[in-house]
Amino acid sequence: MWAMIVKEFRQLRRDRRTLAMMIVLPVLLLVVFGYAASFDVTTIPTKVVGPDAAAVAAALRAPFEVVSVDPGQNRSDAVTALRDGRVPVAVVTDQAGMTVLLDGSELFTANAARRALAQTAAQSGQSGQTGQVEVLYNRDLKTSAVMVPGLAGMILLFVGTVITSLGVVRERQSGTLEQLAVMPLRPRDVFLGKIVPYFLVASLDLAIVVVAGMLLFDVPFRGSVFTLLLGSLLFLFVTLGLGVLISSVSQNQGQAIQLAMMTLLPQILLSGLIFPLRSMAAGVRWIGYLLPLTYFTQISRGVMLRGASLQSLWQPLLILAVLGAVVVTLATLRFRSFLAPSPQRTRPGAPAAPAPEPVR
Amino acid sequence: MSGSGWGVTDLSVHFGDRVALDKVSLRLPAGQVRAVVGGDGAGKTTLLRVLAGAVAPGTGEVRRPDAVHIGYLPGSSGTYPDLSVTENLAFTATAYRVPPAVARERTREYLERTGLAPASDRLAGNLSGGMRQKLGVIRAMLHRPDLLVLDEPTTGVDPVSRADLWWLIARAAAQGAAVVLSTTYLDEAERASRVLLLDHGRVLVEGTPDDIIAAVPGTLHRLPARPAGDAARRAWRRATTWRLWDPDGSTGPDRITPDLQDAVTIAALAQEVSA
Repeated sequence: MWAMIVKEFRQLRRDRRTLAMMIVLPVLLLVVFGYAASFDVTTIPTKVVGPDAAAVAAALRAPFEVVSVDPGQNRSDAVTALRDGRVPVAVVTDQAGMTVLLDGSELFTANAARRALAQTAAQSGQSGQTGQVEVLYNRDLKTSAVMVPGLAGMILLFVGTVITSLGVVRERQSGTLEQLAVMPLRPRDVFLGKIVPYFLVASLDLAIVVVAGMLLFDVPFRGSVFTLLLGSLLFLFVTLGLGVLISSVSQNQGQAIQLAMMTLLPQILLSGLIFPLRSMAAGVRWIGYLLPLTYFTQISRGVMLRGASLQSLWQPLLILAVLGAVVVTLATLRFRSFLAPSPQRTRPGAPAAPAPEPVR
Repeated sequence: MSGSGWGVTDLSVHFGDRVALDKVSLRLPAGQVRAVVGGDGAGKTTLLRVLAGAVAPGTGEVRRPDAVHIGYLPGSSGTYPDLSVTENLAFTATAYRVPPAVARERTREYLERTGLAPASDRLAGNLSGGMRQKLGVIRAMLHRPDLLVLDEPTTGVDPVSRADLWWLIARAAAQGAAVVLSTTYLDEAERASRVLLLDHGRVLVEGTPDDIIAAVPGTLHRLPARPAGDAARRAWRRATTWRLWDPDGSTGPDRITPDLQDAVTIAALAQEVSA
């Protein structure tokens, strides 16, 4: 047994990535669950419109944080602001009184707003003081309606990053990568040839998840299919590039899976898919804004639940495009480096010099 | 372009501080087979990888055709274990732009001649070592390359499969390809037109097998047992007897004529003695 223990430690010491993961993962989980894993929304950006906007805005207390007061605007403007994802709560004042509009696609924020409004009403003893509360887009505040669009992103992430990350490393392990390097194929052809099949499979997965979500869970699809396709394309661009990048820096499939999981876990936990970004401590929230799933979730929820327009989603679309360009450029450079011959180092994964029969 | 010009001149390759090849020259005429032999770390694989385009040369001249006219069998068989025999060949044919009808005809011919036809639908990962090597060589020559580079095509292969592989190699040469292969079997190297012996990245000897044998310095003796003393450093076992090389030459009833294997061993010993 002692021999086995010593052997295992020696192997573990040489497998730096596994060792790093054993150290990084607990720290990551600690940070995530300590600072990010919270459903409590303490700040709710709010827009107030209508003739009495200024007075109502002055009366609003935490968690509502008034970000816009416009007495000249009406309910239609408030609805547009919610649809475009500019604010999750809008208060409309008009002759009929006061109406609080909540964006149901932001489930936890909407629930927190309802609780706060109910508390205010209870404290004042006059329910009329908080006005009518109206939930838009996800009227029943169903969890499935919020989760399915996000889940579509998670599945694209899984296929794009985890499965693709195995693609190149498999070539390396089977000794066929060197073969590809000497074939009359351009690195670009090899790169695209590698990712296109995964792109098609991921696209099919996306279609299945969206249609199944609509049929099985009554998830609405209010927006434009084109906008969702564009968002999906850009998101896949990032995830497939990430998969190739991971594959190109991994020596074997085990390492590739480890690295892929290390990119997958923070995205699932810190992208707003499960825990709302608004409820995260500022110290970890910024990590969420670096993750592509954060932006895809904004796009898919916006398009499917709120019917958000292409123009209103320009920001997440642009960020995904920039992330995609950066990741794919890095992946292509890495890919080229081991498809192009170099005398400076032995090719990773190349067979060691064969052991011939001794000459003496 | 004719294959008579392929080869390397004064080729040197360094991996960091390590010298993998040091001013190696090798000419590869069309229609001929060249064998590269040598011990561990001699530089055989590096030389073949440079010729195939997998490693860039450090200094020196490399003359090789465009990638589409090179066939390469790496140290592994270079086949996809999760593709069938025919799928592997179809991928290669497409990548090298072989017309489908031509590819089908060549595939059928090579598979039948090498006994792989019954396994044509089997996954390459499920083939025996010898079958996989045959598939690898067929894959390397399917597009009729001008330069065929084979890294140890027959290592670990049974005698019957080795015969099939040599049929393929001879066929490629007969079709006009310049063939260069590394081998650990010196009896096989004798089938090549010329042999290059590498040692620690340098050329120890190059020539036809007969030239190499004729150039052996000193004399060779067969002994029933290992000699004692300093002579033991110049002795090696072959089958049930021992060989002793005498660099100064001597006569005796136990003197024998060396074969290529003896000649290669003596070349390595001569290098040690002069070092």
